[in-house]
Amino acid sequence: MKKTIVILLLAAFGYFLAITFLDPDFEKDRNRNGVKNVYLEKTVSELKTANTVTAIVVNFRGFDTLGEVTVLFLAASALGSILFKKRHHVGERSITLPASSIVSTGAKLLFPAIILLGVYVFVHGHLTPGGGFQGGTIIATGFLLMLISYRNFSISHNILSVIESLAGILFVVIGLMGFINGGTFLQNFMPTGTLNNLFSGGIIPIIYILVGFKVATELTGLIYTILHEKG
Amino acid sequence: MTYLVLIIGFLLLVLIGAAIYAVYQRDLLYAVIATGIISLVLTALFYILQAPDVALTEAAIGVALTTIIFIITIKNTVRFEDESDKNNQQKPKTE
Repeated sequence: MKKTIVILLLAAFGYFLAITFLDPDFEKDRNRNGVKNVYLEKTVSELKTANTVTAIVVNFRGFDTLGEVTVLFLAASALGSILFKKRHHVGERSITLPASSIVSTGAKLLFPAIILLGVYVFVHGHLTPGGGFQGGTIIATGFLLMLISYRNFSISHNILSVIESLAGILFVVIGLMGFINGGTFLQNFMPTGTLNNLFSGGIIPIIYILVGFKVATELTGLIYTILHEKG
Repeated sequence: MTYLVLIIGFLLLVLIGAAIYAVYQRDLLYAVIATGIISLVLTALFYILQAPDVALTEAAIGVALTTIIFIITIKNTVRFEDESDKNNQQKPKTE
C-alpha cells in the first residue's frame, strides 16, 4: 500500500517534470517588467560584477546570505555540542580500516589540486560561476579525502574555530561599514574598478572570500567531529 | 534542441530509476550510492538548464559530502534495514 502510494507520487512527479522540460517556455515572459531588469542593469553598470547571481547573493540579498551562514554555523555547533561528550579519546577514529596505498597516494596527489580549485572558485566568485559556498565545500571535500585516507592526519579544531569566527565577525563588520558609509547594511563603499577584472566589484569578492573561509572551516570541523565520534 | 530534449529525458529517467532503487533497496549502502547517483544526475541537469552555480553546489555537497557522511553513519550503525535481510553478510558492529 505504502509502496504503491510512493510509486504513484513519483510517477506524478516525473510526469510533471517531463512536461515542464519537454516544452520549455523560457522565452515567453522575457519582456515583462520586474525586479530582474533592475538587477541585470545595476549589476553591470553600478557594481561592475560579471556574475549576476553573485551580485544578487552577496550584494542585493546580502543579508539573506548572512542568515544562511548563521544557519550553517548553528547546525555545525549543535552537532558539535551533541557529539562533544562522546569525544573522550582524541585521535581515535570511528573508521578503523586503513586505506589502501592506492587511495592514500591518490589522496596525497589530489589534495593540493582540490584546495587550489576551491580557492579559485571562491576568489573568482564575481567573475565565473561559483562562489563562497561552492569553493568552501570543495575545500572541505579535500580535507575529507585526507581525513579518511590518513589515520594520523589531524587538524587543530581550535584553529578551525578561530578562522570561522573571524570570518563571520569580519562579514558583519564589513556590513556595518557599509551602514556607516552608505546608509544601508552591506552597501558597497569601495571603488568598483572595471568590469571583468579580478579586482572589481567593490566588497563582493572580499565578502565571498570570507564566506569561503567560513564554510570551508565549518564543514571541515563538522566532518572532523563526526569522524572522531566514538561509535 | 532535440538532442537537448533527448538528453534531458534520459537523465530524468535515470533520476527516477535511481530514486525508486534507493527506496526499494534494503542494503542501506547501496541506497546511499543510489542517492549519490541522483545528485550526480541532478548536477548534469542543472548544468544543462544553465544554472552552473547550483550545479557546483550540488556536485560538492550532494555527491561528495552527503554521501560520505551517510557512509560514515552506516559504518557506525547498521548496514541493513532489517535483521532478516542480512543473509551471511558481514555482521554490523555489536558494541
